Amino acid sequence: MREHLNEADAPLLVDVRTDRERRVANIPGSVHVPMAEVETRLPEVAPDPSRPIVTFCATGNRSLRILPTLAALGYDDARSMAGGIVAWQALGYPTDSASTLDDERIARYSRHLLIPEVGLEGQQKLLETNILLIGAGGLGSPAALYLAAAGVGRIGIVDDDRVDASNLQRQVLHSTTELGDSKAESARRTIEDLNPDVEVVTYEERLTSENVDRILSEDWELVVDGADNFPTRYLLNDASVWHGIPVVHGSIYRFEGQVTVFKPYEGPCYRCLFPQPPPPELAPSCAEGGVLGVLPGVIGSLQANEALKLALDIGEPLIGRLLLFDALPTRFDEVSIRRDPNCPVCGDNPTITEYIDYADFCGVPA
Amino acid sequence: MTTVRIPPTLREQTGGAAALEADGETVRDLLDDLTGRYPALRDRIYDENELARFVNVYVAGEDVRTREGLETAVNDGSTVILLPAMAGGR
Repeated sequence: MREHLNEADAPLLVDVRTDRERRVANIPGSVHVPMAEVETRLPEVAPDPSRPIVTFCATGNRSLRILPTLAALGYDDARSMAGGIVAWQALGYPTDSASTLDDERIARYSRHLLIPEVGLEGQQKLLETNILLIGAGGLGSPAALYLAAAGVGRIGIVDDDRVDASNLQRQVLHSTTELGDSKAESARRTIEDLNPDVEVVTYEERLTSENVDRILSEDWELVVDGADNFPTRYLLNDASVWHGIPVVHGSIYRFEGQVTVFKPYEGPCYRCLFPQPPPPELAPSCAEGGVLGVLPGVIGSLQANEALKLALDIGEPLIGRLLLFDALPTRFDEVSIRRDPNCPVCGDNPTITEYIDYADFCGVPA
Repeated sequence: MTTVRIPPTLREQTGGAAALEADGETVRDLLDDLTGRYPALRDRIYDENELARFVNVYVAGEDVRTREGLETAVNDGSTVILLPAMAGGR
């Protein structure tokens, strides 16, 4: 079959798989006509019914089933590729994964495709990237929206909270009609509406020492930290160092925010920056002290920017640099932060090697 | 004179000021000047006579703990940032 494709009267290879399946691999030179569109689109793609046609799908079932339809359309010499693309790949024949964007995706991501630093290859990479968000709140909302719009293929949401009226001033993933709903589910609906390319994985639970290893083991390459308390931030830090997963950190209070990237061993971790949390009375949360609604929009978007750069391996990530934003004067500052060789978690001789009691460490009730 | 940025969580102790001018040749001098004028600030940033572990101080963008700590020299006109950890995300 493969040798036959190089001949002058080579058959036309017709891929009848869905758009989603085509993200993974394609046979070079094939044309894409999804099953449901064969009757309407095949005559446009193959106007000469005497040209031989070979249909294929993933394993050869659907492409065989469609043959009577082709016969009815007048294609006398149509066959199905036994075993489909799976068998093709098993035989070691070439596939093309860098040009798998169909017309719909080329339109959707055209502004990315135009940028040389992203392009087809970068967009393909984003579609295969797995990013976990801790919190679907102030920071998680804009981060999730921009990552989903950008076509990050798999997005995880860890949040055990429900949508409350006081959230809607800034948590743009959720809407008035979703009051009382699970934030993770509300986030899923919003993301799926925005971009059906994204697979959303929800964890309706609070991150704890008991579940963090299980959650981080589910193929996440990158974590965006939008937690709202110190125990979760220290727990996530320790776990991400041990799992070797970079964390894009953001935090907010009133008019001010902080952003940085903790990449294990390449730069500092959260404990290198802040070895100890402040006593609770010195560290009011947004629920206690308030926050300007747009502030998490700025900081969460900066987190999405860092996450996309890391996923694409472009630019200079905020590793070893802490970016400070003050919304009142509209001012950015940047300070250097360094890995501490004496850090109890990522230092040269770590003294903390398993999860601790984070509530106790942070002086808050569990 | 040196400008010292005061984070929102310490402004209750500085009469609401987001930045204060202070005098001194080292970080310790500057903070002594400030805590002399705003005594309530002292308990929030010091642990005994040293900086509390949860407060970072940056001079010209560098953490003073990676320099000479409270003895780090401060040039006239440079900016000093006081920065405690914040946890908010929602």
